[in-house]
Amino acid sequence: MPITAAEFDDVRDFVRQMSAIVLDPGKEYFVESRLGPLAKQRGFDTIGHLIERLHRDDVLIQHAVIDAMTTNETSFFRDLHPFEALKTVVVPDLLAKRARERKLDIWCAACSSGQEPYTINMTLQEHFGGQLAGWQTKILATDLSTEMLAKAREGRYAQIETNRGLPATLLVQYFDRSGTGWVVKPELKQNIDFRQMNLAAAWPPLPRMDLIFMRNVLIDFDVETKRRIFNRIAQLLKPDGYLFLGAAETTVNLHDGFQRLQIDKAVCYQLRS
Amino acid sequence: MRAMVVDDSKPMRTILKRLLSECGYAEILEVGTGREALDVMHAGAPELVLVDWNMPEMSGIEFVSAVRANPEWNDVTLMMITTETAIDKVQEALAAGADEYVMKPFTKEVLFDKLEIRKSSRA
Ligand SMILES: C[S@@+](CC[C@H](N)C(=O)[O-])C[C@H]1O[C@@H](n2cnc3c(N)ncnc32)[C@H](O)[C@@H]1O
Repeated sequence: MPITAAEFDDVRDFVRQMSAIVLDPGKEYFVESRLGPLAKQRGFDTIGHLIERLHRDDVLIQHAVIDAMTTNETSFFRDLHPFEALKTVVVPDLLAKRARERKLDIWCAACSSGQEPYTINMTLQEHFGGQLAGWQTKILATDLSTEMLAKAREGRYAQIETNRGLPATLLVQYFDRSGTGWVVKPELKQNIDFRQMNLAAAWPPLPRMDLIFMRNVLIDFDVETKRRIFNRIAQLLKPDGYLFLGAAETTVNLHDGFQRLQIDKAVCYQLRS
Repeated sequence: MRAMVVDDSKPMRTILKRLLSECGYAEILEVGTGREALDVMHAGAPELVLVDWNMPEMSGIEFVSAVRANPEWNDVTLMMITTETAIDKVQEALAAGADEYVMKPFTKEVLFDKLEIRKSSRA
């Protein structure tokens, strides 16, 4: 299903407004490949007709278009190094510094279908389960996409998804077999709060965070939005907290309130003191 | 880096060998039975062995148990590659001493990720 230049501009404006994601000119094909199947599925004969509905404040269609236009790719232990850094440096440091409050607040922003918050939780339980007994460890996991959040909350994964990055020892320990796939055990879900949240819009009140994972989402945003988000993170992150970004993302040249910290092969950020 | 592929299916061996070479293994041996695999082990153990579960003569599990019974081979990484997907099968393989368990079908990325995780958990 081809789209016209005007329709492309329409979708571009809409997506940018709703999610801050920037679709560069020349991405017509990308829009067609994402919205064509959606138009068909919803019974429209052209993408144009689907787009018309966007402007009639049809919230369901709006959600579906944003879902279709965002990249949800993720996996368990994605890039591996950040989780190694949690194990070797970050969590031991936080355990020592929070020994009095016995409380950790973790935020996984843009959690997609949930592999990332579950990976964080497995890392905590595997390596610090004993020490964290009696602590209040909360993981807030947010995403823009309601469809991804529903999947994350359910914690049901196909074989090909669990195959990817998840060690077999953790699979048998934290998952139950369910049909041809696997489902996360309740014990791994109980301290995770899944909530819908648009990083590009106003943020709801959030607790000060010890650890923030915001990976592979800023990359699609324009510079102004990235700056705004870093400003808010600078206020939200505790002075000795840690921020992890995606491998292709950085605060460098965008916000000077952070300093880069290399932990073996991982890179993370802390507030400049 | 040396690796060995143990599978009674020739096409499967060819696929696994290709994946391993894409993951950076320079020398990849292949054998069709657990017995031959043990012979190779005695002649000089590779760092990594990918082994099928269901094979005639000696099963993958029997091979894994035999390797783990010899402390000289403690450092060898053993990965079961199989169509067995029941949770008790995974547990059985891990209990026998397999380090990893990969369920078919899988991609190069799957193997690559698992190898990376092994490497870092040993470091
Ligand atoms: C590529 S995934 C990254 C998932 C995970 N963090 C990782 O690194 O594997 C990007 C996610 O960002 C979400 N997203 C896109 N725009 C967003 C926005 N404005 N606010 C919140 N989430 C957004 C998408 O729905 C998608 O699930």
